[in-house]
This record gives sequence, structure tokens and C-alpha cells, in this order.
Amino acid sequence: MSGTLNLLIGLAMGLNLIALGSSRLPSLIRAMSLQGVLLGMMPLLMEHERLDWRVILVALATMAGKGVVIPTLLRRAMRAANIEREIQPFIGFVPSLLLGAGGTIAAVALARGLPLLPEHVGTLLVPGSLAAILTGFILLIGRAKAISQVCGYLILENGIYLFGLLLIHSTPLLVESGILLDVTVGVFIIGIIVDRIQRAFDSLDTRKLTTLRE
Amino acid sequence: MNLILDLILRLAMWLLLAPLLPGIINKVKAWVAGRRGPPVLQLYYDLAKLWRKGVVMSTLASPGFIIGPAVGWVALLSAALLMPLGPAGSAVSFRGDVLLLIYLLALARFCTAWAAMETGSAFEGMGSAREVSYAVLTEAAIIAAVLSLIVHTSSVTLITMLAPSAGAGAALLAAGLFTVLLAENCRVPFDDPNTHLELTMIHEAMILDHSGPPLAAILHGASIKLLLFAVLLVQAVLPIGEMSPLAAAGVLAGGVLTVTVGVGLVESLLARLAFRRVPLLLTTAFLLCLFALLVAWKGGAK
Repeated sequence: MSGTLNLLIGLAMGLNLIALGSSRLPSLIRAMSLQGVLLGMMPLLMEHERLDWRVILVALATMAGKGVVIPTLLRRAMRAANIEREIQPFIGFVPSLLLGAGGTIAAVALARGLPLLPEHVGTLLVPGSLAAILTGFILLIGRAKAISQVCGYLILENGIYLFGLLLIHSTPLLVESGILLDVTVGVFIIGIIVDRIQRAFDSLDTRKLTTLRE
Repeated sequence: MNLILDLILRLAMWLLLAPLLPGIINKVKAWVAGRRGPPVLQLYYDLAKLWRKGVVMSTLASPGFIIGPAVGWVALLSAALLMPLGPAGSAVSFRGDVLLLIYLLALARFCTAWAAMETGSAFEGMGSAREVSYAVLTEAAIIAAVLSLIVHTSSVTLITMLAPSAGAGAALLAAGLFTVLLAENCRVPFDDPNTHLELTMIHEAMILDHSGPPLAAILHGASIKLLLFAVLLVQAVLPIGEMSPLAAAGVLAGGVLTVTVGVGLVESLLARLAFRRVPLLLTTAFLLCLFALLVAWKGGAK
């Protein structure tokens, strides 16, 4: 079980790097949503000997929300704003890729020193979540387009979700579904805001938002 | 006596089989494009033709113009002799021979770039500069791949390093090494071997002024290098050293063929990358090998 789980987390780490290295927004959104689906499968794997309807419900809701609803909202916002690719990021693609890889390696090295529960020692849950959080931060800081920053925020949230899997026994269903709902509504609102930014500034470059206008 | 026979057999294998690979790649490309394509043995004909021709020497060029290709060809052939072939082992083997392998490849590259700049042509200087600047990134990836094999098997001898499979990181290592193979042999996403457009060629730009036997040496050396990388990739990923000789020979041949057909398919289906995107892909290859190293390190510690 731990082997499959580690493989999934390894794939999620790889998707982090794809997200950091891709200059096209569709591939960034695809990487982000695929990561969400992978993460949604994890509770099913972790709890496969005593599945109850709550775990299945949370997993299905996560997969549907992160794999379908949020990417659709983002794609719609992207189409409305008529942008395809990130042209001039603050942090270039090669540096951000190297930063992300360094962060991933540091997360793996760091997690070995953390005092974890014995059942979590062999898994990559903690390094995976730290790596995703770092990736999210790099995307938030390093990209200029609003939609890329939203993807960074969602990858950051994926990392937090991964960390939350450590507490899967003690988190009530209400909290899980509340977080998911919050994220979905957040992306929904961001989609509207992106549209507004596009209309007001004729661009989604967040650098232009720093200058005041009438 | 046996030793000499073994050596001659190996040399014959590397020398005779290497030019087959570019032929297979071209056949695959022609097949995908729906053409008939050149015969599989085309490179043999080309080499024979070039060998019979004379050499045109620039008056500016020093003897390095001839020495470069010769030394490069010998370096690649010695690198090939260091490479073990499954359970048959290698012709020469000692502790740390993997370092010699890396340096022989670097020597071959240095010699090609040196000979290219002998005529003082601007194009060849440009080609050499491009070749060498890509090499900086691919060498990092090769070193990371070799390190991951060293950590995985805790040995610095090629025979013991390549005998078992690469373990959990095999897929990462395979993807990284395949990208390195494409970059090192100037295949499509990095360079187009068929192009003769000044602005985009890399390897072809370096050999523009060569003719006759030196050009044959360069072309033959390039095909040995391709075979070398394919053999390295197959052996690093599959546990060929632990199989019976017959099965190993079959698997090795099949693996090399798969890699070659893969190269052909990549060339047919992908467009070459814009220059400024190349470092990104090479960094990705480096990271793939680096993560294979990480997996080997973590897996070994558990």
C-alpha cells in the first residue's frame, strides 16, 4: 500500500515540476487538475481496508471538484481573457524549475528529521505536501499572469490537503467538504475577478495592477 | 589468444553494427511519413564513398584538422570498448572506469569542436559554441545518472554498475537518459540531422568543411556514439548482466532496436525546439536523473 501511495505522491511531485516548467496556461491547468485527481485518490488507498461512505464521498468530491469543476472554471476565465501563455514571468522557467527541484529535495531530506507517527514514517506524505506548498509559493511569486497565480494558489492548497491526509481519522467530514467548497467558490470568484481585470486593464498582467488609475 | 579474439570480435561488432542505427532511424522516419526512404545500409555506402575520396584542406588549417576527427573516433571507440555487454563483460575493466568513459566522450567532443574551428569559418565556430554549451547541461545529467547508478549498486565499475536494473528510479533514469541520448547525438528536439540551414544546425555546422576520410571518421564516430548511448540506456534500465548469455544478447538487441525506433518516432512526431527552450528540456533531463539519484539514495537508506 505504501508503495502505491509513494508512487502517487512521486507523480504529484513530478506534476509540480511540470507546472513550474510549462509556459502555456492550458498545460499548467492540466498539471494542476491532474495533481488534484491524484490527491483525491489517496484517501481511498490509505483507507482501503475499512472504507466507509464518508471517505468515498470526500474522495469523489475532491476528484470531481479539483479535476473537473475548477479546471473548467479556469479554462472559461482563460478563454474570456483571451490569453494562452505566460510570456515574461518574474522568475524564469529554468530558475523556477531548479528552485522547485531544490525545494523537493530539501523537503525529502527535511522530512526524515521530523518526529512522525510510526505509520507515516515510510510514506512521502510530508515531503510531498512541503514540495507542493513550495511549488505553489514559487508560482504565486514568480508568475505575472493572474491565472498562473491562481494555479499556484491551487497547488499550494493541494499541498495543504496532502498534509491534512495525515489527520484523516480525526478530521470530520464537515471540515473536508467545507475546505473543498471554499476552494471552489474561491476559484469561481477569481474567475469573475479575472474577467473584471481584463475589462478594466486590457491585460491580466498583475504588474499593471500596481499603478493607480482614475 | 582467446583475449585477442574477444577483442577483435568486440571491435568488429561496434564498428560494423554502429552505422546500422542511423539507417533504422531514417527508415522509421520514412515509414511514418509514408515514403520509401533510403536503404537501411545507406550510411555504409556513404562511408565507403567518403573513404575513397580525397581530402580538401584549407590552407589555413593546421594538422589538427585531420588529427581532431582521428582522435575523436579513437576516443569514441575506446569508450565503446569500456562499455560492458551484458554477461560478456567488457574488454577492459577496472575500478572507476566509468569516469574514463565520461572523459573519453568529452575528449571526442573537444576534438570535433577543435577540428571544426581549424578552418576559421564563422559557421563552424557558431556550431562548436552551440555544441559545447549544450554539452554543459547534458554532462550534468549524465553525471547525475551515473551517480544514481553508483549509489544504487555502491560500485564504481561499469560491469557491476550496469548489471542489475536501476530499481525504483528506473523509469526516471530511462526518461532522463533518453533525453540525454537525443541531445548528445544531435537528434530532433535539439538539432535536426537533416537540416542545412545555417541558423539552426549544430552538429552539421561543425563538419561543414570536412571531406573524405576525416568526414567518414566523424560520421562513423557519431554512429558509434549513438549505439553507445543506446546500449548504456538499455543496460542501465534492464538487468541484462544477470541474464543467461543468449537471453541477454536477445534483450540487448531488442532494447537497442526499441530505443532506435523510439528516436525515429520522436523525430517524426516532434518539431525541433526553439533555441531558448532547449535549456529548459535539458534541465528537465538533469532533474529526471537527479530524482533517480534521490530515489536510489532514499531507497538504499531504508
